[in-house]
Amino acid sequence: MYVAVKGGEKAIDAAHAWLAEERRGPEDVAELSVDQIKGQLKLAVNRVMAEGSLYDPDLAALAIKQARGDLIEAIFLIRAYRTTLPRFGGSEPVDTEEMACDRRVSATFKDAPGGQVLGPTFDYTHRLLDFKLAADGEAPSAPERAETPESKPHIMSFLDREDLIQPEPEGAETPPDLTREPLELPAERPLRLQSLTRGDEGFILGMAYSTQRGYARNHAFVAELRIGACAVEMDIPELGFAIEVGEVELTECETVNQFQGSKTEPPQFTRGYGLVFGMSERKAISMALVDRALRWKELGEDNVGAPAQDEEFVLYHADNIQATGFLEHIKLPHYVDFQSELELIRKLRREAMGRRAHKEAAE
Amino acid sequence: MDGSGDPNAARKAWLSVLAKAQAADVAALWAKAGYAPDHELLRAPEIGAVMVRGRAGAVGAPFNLGEMTVTRCSVRLGSGEVGHGYVQGRGKDHAIQAALTDALMQTVDAPAVEVAIIAPLREAAEARRTTRAAKAAATKVDFFTMVRGED
Repeated sequence: MYVAVKGGEKAIDAAHAWLAEERRGPEDVAELSVDQIKGQLKLAVNRVMAEGSLYDPDLAALAIKQARGDLIEAIFLIRAYRTTLPRFGGSEPVDTEEMACDRRVSATFKDAPGGQVLGPTFDYTHRLLDFKLAADGEAPSAPERAETPESKPHIMSFLDREDLIQPEPEGAETPPDLTREPLELPAERPLRLQSLTRGDEGFILGMAYSTQRGYARNHAFVAELRIGACAVEMDIPELGFAIEVGEVELTECETVNQFQGSKTEPPQFTRGYGLVFGMSERKAISMALVDRALRWKELGEDNVGAPAQDEEFVLYHADNIQATGFLEHIKLPHYVDFQSELELIRKLRREAMGRRAHKEAAE
Repeated sequence: MDGSGDPNAARKAWLSVLAKAQAADVAALWAKAGYAPDHELLRAPEIGAVMVRGRAGAVGAPFNLGEMTVTRCSVRLGSGEVGHGYVQGRGKDHAIQAALTDALMQTVDAPAVEVAIIAPLREAAEARRTTRAAKAAATKVDFFTMVRGED
């Protein structure tokens, strides 16, 4: 039953006014600008773009400010905004081989052509708080080295030459889109990848970690991790040819996983794949591990009943906006629902007490 | 421009430069050049999204990665040339200036527009790319092996 209840407008207005004041914080401290968030909290901006499914650093920074740093709330704002935009079309698949790499490492081949390029990484830092950052300091500057133009081929292409890695099957030119049609199972790999790339980082990380700990055994090597800018090309109907409509920063992770072979496949390495907006290394690696675990069926592996192999479980719980929407709605007024529950429990108690009294009287 | 024999290669190149340019750079160059061509809007600037796609395993089946914001606009000059602008982000002025530049690049003024607008944008993009590449190159690992002796 649904009953409209009025009232509370004044309280709600006051709550929102207070929210705005709390968002601003103490007035004797300078206000945070959207540009500061965009430039100095870039990894938060990246996460909001990846899980909000919209690449626009200015909007993501604004959303973070509005959400007071609550990234899931910020992602919610971006998802809501996204639905107001007309879609001009779909891009050509980005060519990550041509990425201008800020970072590119391989955990499998030391002497990879193109080299091991660390980029601006947290790796090898000591994770000690740097109190200098709390004080005003000079702007740091990174060293530069004359660039030797060198291509950075995908590491996988070397394994591919020896047929040691499972080939990637081609798919439909226009992939399914879960933002347009409800997710249906079983989901093809393109749909799974879309779901994973916009899924909650914490959830995907947890799922990936579970595979490492033995729930779906697939020991993964990071064949390659690359981060950098890729051009986005789209066919423009009024021009009759494709142009680059922009450039996005991406993180790509390719894993190789041992594979003993199955009834249908010879022993060879198999792939897991992660591709995420922005510099989002943890997410990209997690995505690759979960992608690999979900591929058990197409590789003819056993379903060992691990959570990460269960596509219904993974895909239906990866989206933090769906999850938080359903979770948080239970704090909103359920007065009428609860009233009927109250009636019911009183009735059951009355009956139970009546029976007990009757039984005691009989004894 | 890339000498591939594609008749659209030059236009594709300048449109791509305009799309990826910083809106503020385009506005500054446009103001400096002082262009004010007579034109009509065929399509007013419109903010929308493009679904960016990737490939499974970088080479396999396409999948939807997420959208990016794009603004588009189409103009016709008084002299008849039609220009289209598709630019990254939500810059309506950026899109109009890109469309007008595209139209002007089809007129006899093209060499001057190339010098005033396109070349500086291309150089700015190249400078940004080179700086990042040089910083990346500085973080490239030079492995050395400790020699342990032969005997």
